[in-house]
Amino acid sequence: MATIVRSPSAVLDVERIRRDFPILARRVHGKPLVYLDNAATTQKPQHVIDRLVSYYREENANIHRGVHLLSVEATDAYDETRAAVRRFLNAADAREIVFVRGTTEGINLVAATYGRSHVGAGDEVVITEMEHHSNIVPWQMLCEEKGAHLRVVPITDSGELRLDEYERMLTARTRIVAVTHVSNALGTINPVDSLVRLAHDRGIPVLIDGAQAVAHMPVDVQALGCDFYVFSGHKVFGPTGVGVLYGRAALLDAMPPYQGGGDMIRSVTFERTLYNDVPFKFEAGTPNIAGVGGLGAAIGYLDSVGIDRVNAYERDLVAYGTEALSAIPGVRLTGTAPHKAGILAFVMGDVHPHDIGTILDREGIAVRTGHHCCQPLMARLGVAATVRASLGLYNTREEIDALVRSLGAAKAVFA
Amino acid sequence: MSSDLDLHDLYQEVILDHNRRPRNFRVLEGGRTAEGFNPLCGDRLTVYLHVNDGVIEDVSFQGSGCAISKASASLMTESIKGKSVAEATALFERFQKMITAQPDSPVSDLGKLKALAGVRQFPIRVKCASLAWHTLRSALDAPGEVVSTE
Repeated sequence: MATIVRSPSAVLDVERIRRDFPILARRVHGKPLVYLDNAATTQKPQHVIDRLVSYYREENANIHRGVHLLSVEATDAYDETRAAVRRFLNAADAREIVFVRGTTEGINLVAATYGRSHVGAGDEVVITEMEHHSNIVPWQMLCEEKGAHLRVVPITDSGELRLDEYERMLTARTRIVAVTHVSNALGTINPVDSLVRLAHDRGIPVLIDGAQAVAHMPVDVQALGCDFYVFSGHKVFGPTGVGVLYGRAALLDAMPPYQGGGDMIRSVTFERTLYNDVPFKFEAGTPNIAGVGGLGAAIGYLDSVGIDRVNAYERDLVAYGTEALSAIPGVRLTGTAPHKAGILAFVMGDVHPHDIGTILDREGIAVRTGHHCCQPLMARLGVAATVRASLGLYNTREEIDALVRSLGAAKAVFA
Repeated sequence: MSSDLDLHDLYQEVILDHNRRPRNFRVLEGGRTAEGFNPLCGDRLTVYLHVNDGVIEDVSFQGSGCAISKASASLMTESIKGKSVAEATALFERFQKMITAQPDSPVSDLGKLKALAGVRQFPIRVKCASLAWHTLRSALDAPGEVVSTE
C-alpha cells in the first residue's frame, strides 16, 4: 500500500489556531513563548476567555434557585454544557455527566462513594505502575480504611502495561480497576477497550483517568464500555477548577452521595433527608458555574477544529519530535511505547532535568521537569526526574526545533 | 541583561566544577547524619558529620540532585570543615541571606560560596541551593531526621 505523504499543515491550519490563543503572542525572557507544558495545563482560546467574561458581565446568577430571568439563563447555560459534554464523550444520557473540580475530585468521589460501599476487608483494587498520584492515593486511602489491598500492574521497559500481569491480577476479590487512558509521564496510550473487556468478563467495573486523553483523541465512553471516565477542564483548553465525572447511570443511581449540602437534596427535615436524582446528588453547593460555561466553550472550540484533525496533526508532531530528540547524543526517551500521545519525556546524559528546565526557560521554552506526580513510576524507570515536553494542537515543528537547539545549548553549559 | 548573562551568573565555573567533581562526596561512618529531600524535584541528599567538642571535624555528603544542589552541598562541606558549630550556623544564615537577597543588592564576602549568589535571580532554585544547608542544620540539631524543603 502506498503511503500518502501529507504535510501537517494540510491537516490543520496551525497558524490560524495559534491566533486563537492570545497568550502564545507573549514573550518570556525576551524570547517568543514556546509552550510545551500542555500535560500540566493547556492555554485558553479567546473564545473561552470571552465566555468567562460574558458570564460575569452579563449573566451572573445562581442556578436552580431563582425564578428570575438571570437565574433561568444561568441554569439553561449550565444544562447546555452538560449536554455538550455528553456529546463530547458520547455518553448515553446527560444524567451521567457530573461536574466536579477536576480529575482528582472525580477519582476521589468514586473512591469515597462507590469504593466505600463496594470494597471491604481483603478485597482488591487494581491500578497500574504508570498512574498519576491522583489515581494512586485515593485508592490507597480507601484500601487503608477498609483493610483492602492495592494491586499494581507493572509496565515494560518501553512503558507499556504488562497485559499478562493485568489479567493475572483480576481475581474474585477485585472490586474495581482504575487506570489511566494516557500516561502523563510516558505518553503511552493504554489499550483501555481491552482492559475494560477483560475486567467486565469478570464482572469488575473500570474507572478511566482521561485527563491526558480528551484534548488529543476522540473518546467514546459507550464504545469503551467503561463505568467511570474522568477529566479536567483546564487540560482541554477550559478553565481551572472544573472537571467531569462520567458514570454509568445505573452505578451513579446506586451510589451514596459524596458531599452533603444544597442542590443535592430533594427534601430536608431534621429527621431525614431525601437525596436528589443524579447528577445533582453529586453536585452539592453552588458549582463552578462560570467554569462550567468556560468548559462548554472549550468543547465548542475543539469541536470547531475537529478532534480527529487534532489527533492526526499531533501524531505527526510527536513522530517528528521523537526523531529529533532521539538524534541528540545522550538523550534517552522515557516512554517509547509504539502507541503514544504527544508526550516526549527524556533524560539527557547526567545533566539534571531541573538544570535543563532552567536553561530552556531562559530561551522562552516552558517544559515540566521533575517526577510529574508519578514518584512510583520514576522509581520503576530508575530516574529521580525527567524533562517532559508535552504537545498541544497549537505547537509546531519549529517549536520542537527550538527545543532541540536549546538542549544543545544546555549540553554546552555542562560539557 | 541578556538571558545568556543570567545563565552565566547561575552556572558559574565554580558551580559546574563542583557539580562535575563534588568534594567530600562519600559516606562518613560513625557520626551524625541527616537526610534532606526536595519534593518538588525529587532531589535527595544525606549529610554526614563528625562533631567533636563543638567543632565540625569532618563533613561529607551523598545523594542525587541538580547541579545547584550538588555544587552547593560540595561547597558547604569545604566551607564548614574545621569550623565550630556556632560558626557554621552563622555562615548558614549569611548564605541564606545572600541567595534570597534582591538581585541588585551587594554580595557579602562569603568566599567560594559567593559563586551561588546568582541563585537570587532564579527564585525557584533557591531551595536547590539551600537543601544541603537545611540538612546540615538538621544533622546538628536533630540527627537522623528527614528534612524537607517544603
